Amino acid sequence: MEQQDRPLSPHLQVYRPQLTSVMSISHRVCGVALSVGSLLLIYWLSAAAAGPEAFSRAQGMLGGFFGQIILFLFTYALFYHLCNGVRHLYWDSGNGLEIDAVYRTGYIVIGVSIALTLLVWILAYATGGGA
Amino acid sequence: MAKFRLPANSRIGEGRTWRGDGGANLKRFRVYRWNPDDGGNPQVDTYELDMDDCGPMVLDALIKIKNEIDPTLTFRRSCREGICGSCAMNIDGTNTLACTKGCDEVAGDIRVYPLPHMPVVKDLVPDLTHFYAQYASIRPWMRTQTPAPPDRERLQSPDDQAMIDQPSACILCACCSTACPSYWWNGDRYLGPAILLQAYRWIVDSRDEATGERLDDLEDPFKLYRCHTIFNCTKTCPKGLNPAKAIAEIKKLMLERRL
Repeated sequence: MEQQDRPLSPHLQVYRPQLTSVMSISHRVCGVALSVGSLLLIYWLSAAAAGPEAFSRAQGMLGGFFGQIILFLFTYALFYHLCNGVRHLYWDSGNGLEIDAVYRTGYIVIGVSIALTLLVWILAYATGGGA
Repeated sequence: MAKFRLPANSRIGEGRTWRGDGGANLKRFRVYRWNPDDGGNPQVDTYELDMDDCGPMVLDALIKIKNEIDPTLTFRRSCREGICGSCAMNIDGTNTLACTKGCDEVAGDIRVYPLPHMPVVKDLVPDLTHFYAQYASIRPWMRTQTPAPPDRERLQSPDDQAMIDQPSACILCACCSTACPSYWWNGDRYLGPAILLQAYRWIVDSRDEATGERLDDLEDPFKLYRCHTIFNCTKTCPKGLNPAKAIAEIKKLMLERRL
């Protein structure tokens, strides 16, 4: 008695976002962002290979306000993906699989990835890399 | 491929409001309704209840609505003490059993939907045919080659029993599977946390002799490995079980037997 016109019950529309699911989808979004962002790296390298004018144009673009915002987000995506990747490895070794540990490591990943991002940018500015 | 939007026939409209007679302790219940005989889209009806005149659990409220306000409201329920798994539904955004979820645990209106991403039979009743077929597919019974001892049962040590204590407590309410985004997008081929927890229960049962076969059956890009360790399952389990951990253990056993 298969009934084809049965509605599908709501899912994303009603399910409460929580640390578990939000961190999982963020991991994937950051992964995609890193793939796309690596095109920027390729652009920067090929600009360097193409000559001084192309390179200074690339430097100007990436060093500008919007360029730096994108690079900042790229840095965060990198560290988030890295830290959460380590969390996944930890799980895959059979550890930290209780729900309280999942939340604890989740907050640690968020904290550490923010800290590392800020650290890199502070170091970059301190050593004149931002100039 | 994951479809994030609901199909056209599943989008939810605003339904009726059933005003209560007042009372000091009013609570509004926003309940998903769909009647196959109406031919329309699902809608959310609003019921006002005086909580001073109602039992404490969400199931008490649903039964009160059905008995006293709107007899057409349809939902499954049986034991009303969290052991049968019939009244699993999405309450206040997470899956749980209506009979063990207190109305006072929810601030504001109580939103009640069927288990997510399932075909709806009527109102809060999802079609679990596929879920049960997946359960049958793992052959959830003891499979042995050696005959049982003639004079006693197949014995287990307390440690062996402890391995299956938790997974045996699963009531197959489907809260975890229907909380899993991976099951939403790939539920046709991914077995989902509830069924994998049961697969694990038989894999680690010291008396079962089909461990290798059971692992062979799960060696599949979809059945097992669509689990991305999201943990929505463990987070939502109304019995406090840990399907995500069981799945991780199965993945480990897969790896270990190849070493």
